[in-house]
Amino acid sequence: MIAIKNLKVNLGDFLLQNINLDIEPGEYFIVLGPTGAGKTVLLEAIAGLYPVLEGEVWIGDREITDLSPEKREIGIVYQDQALFPHLSVEKNIAFGLKMRKCPKNEAKAKIDAIVEVMGISHLLKRSPATLSGGERQKVALARALVTEPKVLLLDEPLSALDPETRERMQRELREIHSRVELSVIHVTHDFEEAIALGHRVAVLNDGYIAQIGTPEEFLRRPSSEFVARFALTRNILSGRVMGIEDGCTLIDIGGAKLRATTEAKGEVRLSLRPEDILISKEPLQSTARNCLMGVVSDIADRGSVIYITVTLPPDFVCIITRQAFDELKLKKGVEVWITFKASAIHVF
Amino acid sequence: MIKMRGWKKPGSMEIVFILLGALMLLFIFAPPLKTVFSSSPGTLWNTLLEEDVYSSVLLTIFAALTATLIGLLLGVPLAYLLARHQFRGKRFVEAIIDVPIVIPHSAAGVALLFVFGSNFLFGKILNGIGIGFFRSFTGVVIAMMFVSVPFLIDAAKEGFKAVDVRLEKVARTLGASAWKSFFRISLPLAWRSIFSGSVLMWARGLSEFGAIIIIAYSASFLGWNTKVLPVLVANRFDFGLDSAGPVAAIAILISLIAFIVLRSIAYRGEKT
Repeated sequence: MIAIKNLKVNLGDFLLQNINLDIEPGEYFIVLGPTGAGKTVLLEAIAGLYPVLEGEVWIGDREITDLSPEKREIGIVYQDQALFPHLSVEKNIAFGLKMRKCPKNEAKAKIDAIVEVMGISHLLKRSPATLSGGERQKVALARALVTEPKVLLLDEPLSALDPETRERMQRELREIHSRVELSVIHVTHDFEEAIALGHRVAVLNDGYIAQIGTPEEFLRRPSSEFVARFALTRNILSGRVMGIEDGCTLIDIGGAKLRATTEAKGEVRLSLRPEDILISKEPLQSTARNCLMGVVSDIADRGSVIYITVTLPPDFVCIITRQAFDELKLKKGVEVWITFKASAIHVF
Repeated sequence: MIKMRGWKKPGSMEIVFILLGALMLLFIFAPPLKTVFSSSPGTLWNTLLEEDVYSSVLLTIFAALTATLIGLLLGVPLAYLLARHQFRGKRFVEAIIDVPIVIPHSAAGVALLFVFGSNFLFGKILNGIGIGFFRSFTGVVIAMMFVSVPFLIDAAKEGFKAVDVRLEKVARTLGASAWKSFFRISLPLAWRSIFSGSVLMWARGLSEFGAIIIIAYSASFLGWNTKVLPVLVANRFDFGLDSAGPVAAIAILISLIAFIVLRSIAYRGEKT
């Protein structure tokens, strides 16, 4: 549906280059990356708002690389919504239809339909300045969607919202997307938002795409240490493959030996997600091939969950619920067992 | 003992600053106030009915207005470019715009004669289309425009800078051409700054003396051979303070009334 081929954009300090994306019709595609990675510029280049040095942008079988923004049929919603402050909500939503010379009756029908979908009919006469963050976001979405774009670009649309509104808007975004069925490219620096919303995710780093895949692939098979760290994989370790034992690859991580399912040899870097580690006071009887003893060296309370650092050495970060934490009566210095499957270890 | 809520006793610094500030305000406001009240309303009215005074008032107001309108036409696009684009030499261009503020205005008058005089480029062009420069309405307008247009350009530039560029970008994706985005989004949102700049430009043009006395000590305007108000005041001063006072008071009143009315329009725009 939308194809980006070898896109190269000058960001001043560095280049955004070798950007190749194929986004399917109706796909919710996330571009994930740290601040300054060039995410917004990528969106603006797709929308025709930022000059490209090389490459092509296609929508369907139409190349749009050299088209001006108003001819691309691409909608954009920015982080701070960018509502026109001198126009009412209704006029904001009607703006695109007016620019496209949509007949009045048709425009009214389209506006009525979109405000119904977004649940903002009661806001039409209001000024943008009087709206809450969530309301502004819905108005911005309605304004972009009412023109029926082929692709919708969302630039960190939830970042400026408080946590509760953000969660609600995530659900609403999913619902809206399932109703309107158009291709969406959503950029964010929030990994959890990416996992919650994206059919597929591309991680952008230093001007290039580090990995494209499903959320599951990101969680289980990060392509690099950078991606693993960005995917909140707390345990990234160095080791050396010792050989095969009982059908598993034995990896020495400096003190402890891990069993993994990898064909790698020699020096390796590996990752292990905190939620894949079970923590117990006694060794667990299970099919998991790794069961190691260590000492609790740090406890980081995050409210609903608690991160426990267990030092073997090296350090392993595990995540447990508050209930499990209370039941285990964990304290610093307590001896515990950590258990995880061989398949939970991912070698880069 | 009753304490007033929200009242905070001023400290020694605040008291000193208030006194110094009051002195400054007195310094600014006392001379025009004294000038206006030195003449009775009857004297002012009779002075205004003198042909050389009312023709001067009309010339001054219309020339400053014409200069401002031309300044808007040529200055606003430049201000937009400077607000929106980064390019090599931008600082130099910005410095050039402010040159008229820093050079002595009588020297500016001489400089304008160099390029608009009949032997020079712009002068030849004006002559070619039948427009005189020296001692003409056109000369007065050009002199006013030269010394006052930086105020308009600088204000408009700041106004455009204050408009989030993403509003224009969104407008483009919604189907607006660059022109429509400018006229529907950027201009309406920057209008208050542009309007304030226009008021400043108009007021500055109204009070111009140095450049005009070189170019058009007196000018032909609607059949009169008249002078702009600042030149008329200086001319009357040759006959003493009693002769210059009422004309100066009229000049001050016209400027102040127009300034207050226009600023209040801009302020109303700010509130809405």
